[in-house]
Amino acid sequence: METIDYKFLDEVLEKHDSDGTKIIPIMQQVQEKYRYLPKEALTYIAKKTGLSEAKLYGVATFYSNFSLEGKGKYVLKVCRGTACHVRKSANVLNALYEATGLSDSKSTTDDGLISIEIVSCLGACALSPVVMVNDVVHAAMTPDKAKDLVAELRAEG
Amino acid sequence: MMNRIESPAALKAAQAKYQAALAAETRRVLICTGTGCLASGGLKIYEALQRKLNAMGIPCEVQLDGEHEGETVGVRKTGCHGLCEFGPMLRIEPENWVYIRVREEDVDEIVERTLQGGEFIDRLGYRQGGQICRAHDDIPFYQKQTRRVLEHCDKIDAESLEDYLAMGGYSAVSKALFEMSSDEIIQAITDSGIRGRGGAGFPMGKKWAQVAAHDDPVKYIVCNGDEGDPGAFMDRSCMEDDPHRLLEGMIVAGIATGATEGYIYVRAEYPTAVSRLTKAIEQAEAAGLLGDDILGSGKSFHIHINCGAGAFVCGEGSALTASIEGNRGMPRTKPPRTVDKGLFEKPTCLNNVETLASVSGIIENGADWYRSLGTETSSGTKAFALAGNVVNTGLIEVPMGITLREVVYDIGGGIKNGKKFKAVQIGGPSGGCLTEEHMDIPLDFDSLKKVGAIIGSGGLVVMDEDACMVNIAQFFMNFICEESCGKCTPCREGTTRMNEILTRITKGEGKMSDIDELKDLAEMIKTSSLCGLGKTAPNPVLSTLKNFGEEYVEHIRDKHCRCGVCKDLASYHITDKCIGCTRCAKNCPVGAISGSLRQKHNIDPSKCIKCGTCLAGCPVNAIKEG
Repeated sequence: METIDYKFLDEVLEKHDSDGTKIIPIMQQVQEKYRYLPKEALTYIAKKTGLSEAKLYGVATFYSNFSLEGKGKYVLKVCRGTACHVRKSANVLNALYEATGLSDSKSTTDDGLISIEIVSCLGACALSPVVMVNDVVHAAMTPDKAKDLVAELRAEG
Repeated sequence: MMNRIESPAALKAAQAKYQAALAAETRRVLICTGTGCLASGGLKIYEALQRKLNAMGIPCEVQLDGEHEGETVGVRKTGCHGLCEFGPMLRIEPENWVYIRVREEDVDEIVERTLQGGEFIDRLGYRQGGQICRAHDDIPFYQKQTRRVLEHCDKIDAESLEDYLAMGGYSAVSKALFEMSSDEIIQAITDSGIRGRGGAGFPMGKKWAQVAAHDDPVKYIVCNGDEGDPGAFMDRSCMEDDPHRLLEGMIVAGIATGATEGYIYVRAEYPTAVSRLTKAIEQAEAAGLLGDDILGSGKSFHIHINCGAGAFVCGEGSALTASIEGNRGMPRTKPPRTVDKGLFEKPTCLNNVETLASVSGIIENGADWYRSLGTETSSGTKAFALAGNVVNTGLIEVPMGITLREVVYDIGGGIKNGKKFKAVQIGGPSGGCLTEEHMDIPLDFDSLKKVGAIIGSGGLVVMDEDACMVNIAQFFMNFICEESCGKCTPCREGTTRMNEILTRITKGEGKMSDIDELKDLAEMIKTSSLCGLGKTAPNPVLSTLKNFGEEYVEHIRDKHCRCGVCKDLASYHITDKCIGCTRCAKNCPVGAISGSLRQKHNIDPSKCIKCGTCLAGCPVNAIKEG
């Protein structure tokens, strides 16, 4: 179980005046630290903002960026938007799945290094197909480049 | 940080100071660091150029401070130059020469031969039909474009308020505050004829007037920066490359409607937009151009940024405001409309990024100037994201009413790899596809509506002969299924059923009755969904059925995908071109290929798993799909 830094949570809450309308930015900051939303943190935020846990759970599960499970150190966002689709992003995705052993139903490697997410559009359509690793865009991907990318990330650890 | 600018005269003085500093730059190198060029290494070129100039003792200025004396070389990292396919790219002033696909190794040569020697390096020039196009205006890609909203993107450093002021920035705010009444501002916007660039094309002046008419002391301006349509990235460039222009548009909207608070809702996938807007807000507040007592007028306007969390439906107005309020982003029934009861139940003016970024131009130059481009009912220019199988992918801005032919061939340079044009998907998952027969209709709000498509936010994805239209329709339906918020049944269940039908057609399990069933479902979803997402969701299916109906029939009746995209329908065969190199037989993971050395090989269809490995590895292209 994740050890929660309650002092950090208090700081985040204070920055947003523990205002219930600010739970999205609050949860975004919490997720930035833990790479997911730990259950205990949500319970604590619910108490402090006066919202029900159900409400927080509802919001957290509505938006695809929020995750209730841990994510890898490197999050690979594979763009499956239209422009990437017509330039064969499906092959890039399959190559990444093959290189990492991940699949539609398993999104993070057991060593916690790599997560693969499918996103609808990264807005870098002119460079399609693209994969974003954390905040860096990798342009004009091919299955071979995808395999190299995974090898590089593994080497960096 | 800049001192506070406390009057229109002080603003003019500040603009003049930075204009003079800009004029002192005898040469300027403008390096594109827009999304595209950043990914292809633009920043490295920028840094290498600075290092080289410093090493050679050539005075260079990367930021306007107005304190520099004597002549300098200006080196600027700017926003998007548009021709993303050929990045990293840069432009050299005063000649206006463009260099494409610049590598770090080229930097020394650029400094020595071009900056010092005044010589053009042919190797780095853009070529079309064997001809080198040296200057910006010689490149066909730019010739039919007019940059108004994107005017500054390739000229200024987005993070520099000084650069923006040197371009005459914040003049519109000054004019709106001191020279115009609210009514006059709204009249100018109305007269310009500008319609919302987010998709629906609602007249902007009308919206502003409706919000202004409320006497509620609390009103809001909300900027929709949740550019979620796959294939669209115009708003991204507006926010990242010229953030102050957007702020200016919002401030003017606030002055006109009487709102004092504004929100920008930016989608999570655009972290750079968030950081640049945040910085721009800080700069503008410190300079007295935003916040309390703007330019000493006593009026105030505050802007907040909200970052989306990955939900396409939040591009819909009422879902967006629900999200800012900290709720699940679900649309609600209307009325009441957002202009009457929007954010926190208050009158709200919700405009998209490109629309708000158009405001400063209209205020400064007048409605007639704005109307001088475009058509009678769709005035002005529109930014489009040109992507897919076209030679010049990138960001473009053209007068409304330009034809698709001009966009695809004159600007886009035609189809990549000599393939044949098939269709353009316009307007993302709410739009439709345009085909060869639509090549000469004007791209404007009304003409596109007549042929069952929409301009939408402005994504244009060009598809060549290899794109399977049934697959594209299924692709969009799958997207909508995942993004449907689930609140209303027609959208939630209807799109799921349509996706199931389309999926089975692409797998070769379709029935002829499926086509009618798709049409029935489409009609039901269109007429009974709660919001725009559902109402427009069937469009890609309907428009592909109408224009490419025979492809659906082939998939269902003949179990055949002519483009070889639908893997379950694919079959591979080896043609007489085979040289018998045995590579495919070795590569085949299931041993489905047989044949002896230097003899034509054969594929056993009962063993073949249609993985395509043989096709990719064949040295003579002897293996065919379909």
